[in-house]
Amino acid sequence: MSRLRIAAGVVVAAATVALVLVLPHWLSDAKAAEFARAGCFFIAILGLNLLTGYTGQISLGHGALMAVGAYTTAILTADHGFRDLWTVPLAGLVAMGAGFVLGLPARRLSGLYLALVTFAFAVAMPALLKRFSGLTGGSQGINLFDKALNRSTGALGSVHVFGATVATNDFLFYLTWGIGFALAGAAWLLVRGRVGRAFRAMRDSEVAAASAGINTAFYKTLAFAISGFYAGVGGSLFVLVSNWFVSPTTFSFDKSLLLVVGAVVGGLGSLAGMALGALFIQFVPDWAANVSHAPGAPSVFFGAAIVLVMILLPSGLGGLLRKLTEPLTRRLYTRSE
Amino acid sequence: MAPVLAADWAGVAQQVVAGLSSGGTYATLAVALVLIYRATGVVNFAQGELAMFSTFVAWTLTQHGLSYWPAFALTVAASLAGGIVLERTVIRPVERASVLTIAIVTIGLFFVVNGAAFWIWSPEVKSMPSAFSTQPIRIAGVAFSISDLGIIGVSLLAVLVLWLFFRFTKLGLAMRAAAQNPESSRLAGIRVSWTIALGWGLATALGAIAGLLAAPPLGSFDQNFMQPILLYAFAGAVLGGIDSALGAVVGSLALGVFLNLLGTYVSWVGTDLRQAAALAVILVVLLVRPSGLFGSAVVRRV
Amino acid sequence: MPLLELRGVAARYGSLQALHGIDLSVGEGEIVAVLGANGAGKTTTLRAISGTVRATGSIVFAGERLARRPEAVARAGIAHVPEGRGTFTQLSVDENLRLGAHVRRDRAAVKADHDRVLERFPGLADRRGQAAGTLSGGEQQQLALARALMQQPRLLLLDEPSLGLAPRVVADFFRVVGELNEQEGLSVLVVEQNANLALASSSRAYVLEVGRIAVAGTSSELRRHASVRRSYLGY
Repeated sequence: MSRLRIAAGVVVAAATVALVLVLPHWLSDAKAAEFARAGCFFIAILGLNLLTGYTGQISLGHGALMAVGAYTTAILTADHGFRDLWTVPLAGLVAMGAGFVLGLPARRLSGLYLALVTFAFAVAMPALLKRFSGLTGGSQGINLFDKALNRSTGALGSVHVFGATVATNDFLFYLTWGIGFALAGAAWLLVRGRVGRAFRAMRDSEVAAASAGINTAFYKTLAFAISGFYAGVGGSLFVLVSNWFVSPTTFSFDKSLLLVVGAVVGGLGSLAGMALGALFIQFVPDWAANVSHAPGAPSVFFGAAIVLVMILLPSGLGGLLRKLTEPLTRRLYTRSE
Repeated sequence: MAPVLAADWAGVAQQVVAGLSSGGTYATLAVALVLIYRATGVVNFAQGELAMFSTFVAWTLTQHGLSYWPAFALTVAASLAGGIVLERTVIRPVERASVLTIAIVTIGLFFVVNGAAFWIWSPEVKSMPSAFSTQPIRIAGVAFSISDLGIIGVSLLAVLVLWLFFRFTKLGLAMRAAAQNPESSRLAGIRVSWTIALGWGLATALGAIAGLLAAPPLGSFDQNFMQPILLYAFAGAVLGGIDSALGAVVGSLALGVFLNLLGTYVSWVGTDLRQAAALAVILVVLLVRPSGLFGSAVVRRV
Repeated sequence: MPLLELRGVAARYGSLQALHGIDLSVGEGEIVAVLGANGAGKTTTLRAISGTVRATGSIVFAGERLARRPEAVARAGIAHVPEGRGTFTQLSVDENLRLGAHVRRDRAAVKADHDRVLERFPGLADRRGQAAGTLSGGEQQQLALARALMQQPRLLLLDEPSLGLAPRVVADFFRVVGELNEQEGLSVLVVEQNANLALASSSRAYVLEVGRIAVAGTSSELRRHASVRRSYLGY
């Protein structure tokens, strides 16, 4: 990479960090909470980006993996008195395990078939959660407010952290986006290293990668596991920053679909795009709901937004970002149509 | 499972026919899914909602004085045209993009069509006049519903007509060629882009047929009525082999019968569990034999 | 006036310039060969003509500027048999032939040609109903040629017909092409790595090197040309 590109990258990164630090000052309390939720989506979509953007495997089940993380946090915090923030990495690990299991069929299946398996997983999850009501509280879900004693995030009003007093929702904003950036950094390092190269080799041609000695089965499952970790962290934080309540319907199939939409609209393969995708799926539905209150209208506008973005920017918002910040490169193969 | 096979063969026969009838509607929608999948490699997530929209259009026609079959004919024709227009406006711009991008567009379409249906028609339930006589008919001493037999007949006829089109007409051959090998097709002078548009038109028309057959037996239906049917169509297509139209038909019919028998004879299976059963079918097939009964090999050994 | 005339045709794959502005022509009733090593731009030349690849420069066919889309090129009377033959492997031999005639509207004549083509290639006639992918390499090559003939083209573009085929099969193929040229006046532009064969079968030839025409002339001249002999004929 040229020095100029590195310098430009550093400047952009610094500007983004500065923006994130300062943003809450300009946001109302409610909006900060919404941004915090977007931050949770950001983390989950980062994982999905690693899976779909880098290894080319499609998952319609990441909402269910978020649910695994969410319930882990809920159960540990409410029923076992764990300190809420400490359950976040644990939730990630449990979801990582679930992701690993989900990744097992991936060794033999790909494309549409893999998507269908993950789809079945996503649709089945709420039913499973209802079934094991002893652990999960069944259809009623788990309410953390009544039960959680050890908490950093549930305070109403303000939080004391590192000696300073911060409004709760601002704290949640920093929490989610901070973790998000840290995990994005980890993802970036992963992608640049040997694992990332193996991922990309598999995305371009599985047969070629295998004949080059890459253990494709291992890396496929690894990708699922890692993306599961991210989804779990995202789900866990989602519970902590949204309603302190989780039920089987919190992460229905809709969420899985929304995550995929966010990843593709954001622009697969682009880490910055993932942030834009997360903002898209958090704020555009709200905007759509406000444009008109007629029944069905919000769906129409949200759907239209998705269609328009994909038509105008087939590589997603991240693709646009890339085009604006890098010199134009020609497409590899020209067609005459 | 309850000891069922005591003596009620007539009952079983009736349930099988009823199952084939639901299966027929699944099959019609499944063939639509397979059509677009084979032509473009994309699964059209909005297929069910488009079918629903067509059904509501037909309902509106019946509210304005048309009886069922004229409304059916008009709606199917309009859906054919509508599907072509839809492809040209919304899909064509992303024709060259990745399959995932196109899939996301169909997801967006899902939201748009579903929302539009709620916006245009109120959320209160509707009901559709019956396509066939509600009188039963006796065959070999067993009473069958004419409606069931009629639905089986119409759906199989629709699929048959489509098959004849693909097998024996010049345009049908061109469409098959374009789906299999677009490069060579262009060199042969086939306008591949337009064959995709026509594929969408035919799929949308098939979807309309599926919705129109499925709606009357439901009694009352609302804008979400095609979503379970889409699930069953997927399950049927996976069972039969998602790149095979024949597989989609056989798989869907089999699934319809299976679900019906399950629902009738296994007492704790309610509607919720019908859908879970369909999911289970999908999972089991994908884990055991992904190519389904008739599809081409899917598992790649690297 | 030549049937096909290329002037200053250039083509690019991404940032890689494959053709640097070449001039080439094929006269009515001629068989013209294009030789060159791998990567010299031979296939790109044919693709530029059939519109499969975007190209700049002038391409004139039968006195008119050639449209730059494959569908239109087929309608204009050019049949391109691509590298690897481009057979519709899942369709039957008969269906492949029917597709060859897609651009034609004269149904009775198409039927007559269908029968004639099967007479010329009895091996194909035996396998009419079989899936084209089950045919041997040589038979698929015949099928590709037959399909192109069904189009009733004025110009045939052949891309590396010898690729992957046994010498006798290839010789047979070129014999048939020669017959078609003599008997029906079919013009041919053939791209070949097998220089000996190509020069033996053609009246004129071009040698492409790294996207440029290095040598051009009649085939007999090229056979005697010192550098052509050294680089491509092996003696």
